[in-house]
Amino acid sequence: MERLRRILDWLDDRSGLLTWTRHALAHPVPPRTGWWYVFGSATLIAFILQVATGIALSTAYVPSSGQAYESLRFISEQALLGRFLRGMHYFGASAMVLLIGLHVSRTYLMAAYKFPRELNWLTGAVLLLLTLALAFTGQLLRWDQTAVWSVIVGAAQAGRMPIVGPDLARFILAGDTIGGATLSRFFAFHVFFIPAVIFLFIGLHLLLVLRHGISERPRKHQHVDPATYRAEYAALLEREGVPFWPDAAWRDVVFGAAMVATVVLLAVLVGPPHLGKPPDPSILEAYPRPDWYFLWYFALLALVPQNLETAVIVLGPLVFGAVLLLLPLFNKGARSVRERPLAGLLVVFIWTTIVVFWMAGVRADWSPDFTARPLPAAEVGDTSSIVVEGARLFHEKGCEFCHAIDGFGGKRGPELTEVGGRMAADAIATRITNGGPNMPAYARTLTPEQVDALVAFLGTRKP
Amino acid sequence: METTPSRRRFLARLSIALSGAIAAVAGVPVVGFLVSPLLRKAPRAWRPVGAVDGFAVGETVSVVFEDASPLPWAGVTARSAAWLRRDDPGHFTAFSVHCTHLGCPVRWVADAQLFLCPCHGGVYYPDGSRAAGPPPKPLPQYPVRVRNGQVEILTSPIPIV
Repeated sequence: MERLRRILDWLDDRSGLLTWTRHALAHPVPPRTGWWYVFGSATLIAFILQVATGIALSTAYVPSSGQAYESLRFISEQALLGRFLRGMHYFGASAMVLLIGLHVSRTYLMAAYKFPRELNWLTGAVLLLLTLALAFTGQLLRWDQTAVWSVIVGAAQAGRMPIVGPDLARFILAGDTIGGATLSRFFAFHVFFIPAVIFLFIGLHLLLVLRHGISERPRKHQHVDPATYRAEYAALLEREGVPFWPDAAWRDVVFGAAMVATVVLLAVLVGPPHLGKPPDPSILEAYPRPDWYFLWYFALLALVPQNLETAVIVLGPLVFGAVLLLLPLFNKGARSVRERPLAGLLVVFIWTTIVVFWMAGVRADWSPDFTARPLPAAEVGDTSSIVVEGARLFHEKGCEFCHAIDGFGGKRGPELTEVGGRMAADAIATRITNGGPNMPAYARTLTPEQVDALVAFLGTRKP
Repeated sequence: METTPSRRRFLARLSIALSGAIAAVAGVPVVGFLVSPLLRKAPRAWRPVGAVDGFAVGETVSVVFEDASPLPWAGVTARSAAWLRRDDPGHFTAFSVHCTHLGCPVRWVADAQLFLCPCHGGVYYPDGSRAAGPPPKPLPQYPVRVRNGQVEILTSPIPIV
């Protein structure tokens, strides 16, 4: 024991690390910070989890457009603990995205970005953007069919940018098309470049936290004045401050441990995301969907009015970035959300928007239902030959991809379960032959007899 | 030797300039390497996709061909596809498989005579013009020709609208 202490003393004398660590751990923090303050440390723990599982996965993963898929199958199906590690990496990534979202919401709601912590916010904003970049590139490294089409969709979105768009798209694809060069670059960005910058900014972020101290819980009528804030904060710590370790840190550890346990549990019980078809761009039976954390954006792009779409794709991320960067300009005044009702509303609005669009993205009603089955005879009801023929055409000609009848068929267009009750026969015929704002015209595809049969069938769809 | 202020200033400037030179030596080739896909003119090539007689008049089928100069490790990612139709005995039309909305793979549904996109529900008529949904433009076409009884398609970049 005595010997160990002497070794530690020697280490500390030569490096100063132990003294510094003790100082950092013991630094006083405001009292009663509570559970709201755990999201940042939990994000960091999730990131460390990602580094560890990511390093393990990279020892078996082959970052080659032609072979990554096979190496993923090997990791998932044969390598010891491979399936578990992939699951950990996926749910760890999910946790990291979710937690950094909660962390940024908390700091904004409590206006912790105000004087003197503007740089805490800005370094955090960079970390948020880098985390999203990691999430996107990481999904692509799961190099199956969906990944390939996600790269193309990403490039198509970048291509909407004025002037630089086409070059940006080529940069993302690493050429004119998906090919041998595409994956290696995403791999390099995902495992070297972005994590290196993240390490740098986490270091800065933590240094700033130590420099300015954890923000105190905001109170009503307590406003930030740069001239007096530092003295007030020092007085508060002097009066009521508690050492970070363990008075505040225990909550970080408990919450972090619960988060890790959840990730492990999900990795075991749910397992990693399914590996889809091979990354062959010539397989056209594809159903590309982003992972859950970008599904809301995918839904947004389906539902935004067409004339606003390019503006949303181009300006959306720019406005988001500008707001993040400019927010610290408003670094004085009230911190309590009770005095900043608009800030509270904004956070509620953003989270509600994301959840609503996310749910829409899960259902994806705007996608044609290619799996729609022919209506069973019992559903058709009427046995006259023209109605039966109409029901057959309703499926065969693709009407059912977009229109549902009693739960059979897609939801892209209006449901037609009771269309016979609300539209006259000639109106139905006109709509079928001429189409509508969002429906193809079938005049050239259907014979007049076929239109008659469809109209007869739809006419029997009544309440 | 005593360090005079002017000598000190010179040494400081020299050190900063040399540090900058080191950064440039490391940085310029790295950035150049990363943006090289933008500077490289990708070649295009006519690829045979099947004998003329293998395509029925009026039918639209998907054809697969290899990119112009695939990297040796590209594997299946070197493949591309197009929708090919024999309009009449001597004439073919090749459509891009990429929806003009966001690049997803459109499917030809023969019974409905429509191209449908699975991502956001874009729909195109048989001639590639927009029928419904979010696509801002018609489906692009690939150059196609007949040589020695073979239908050939000119490899083309993924259309970025």
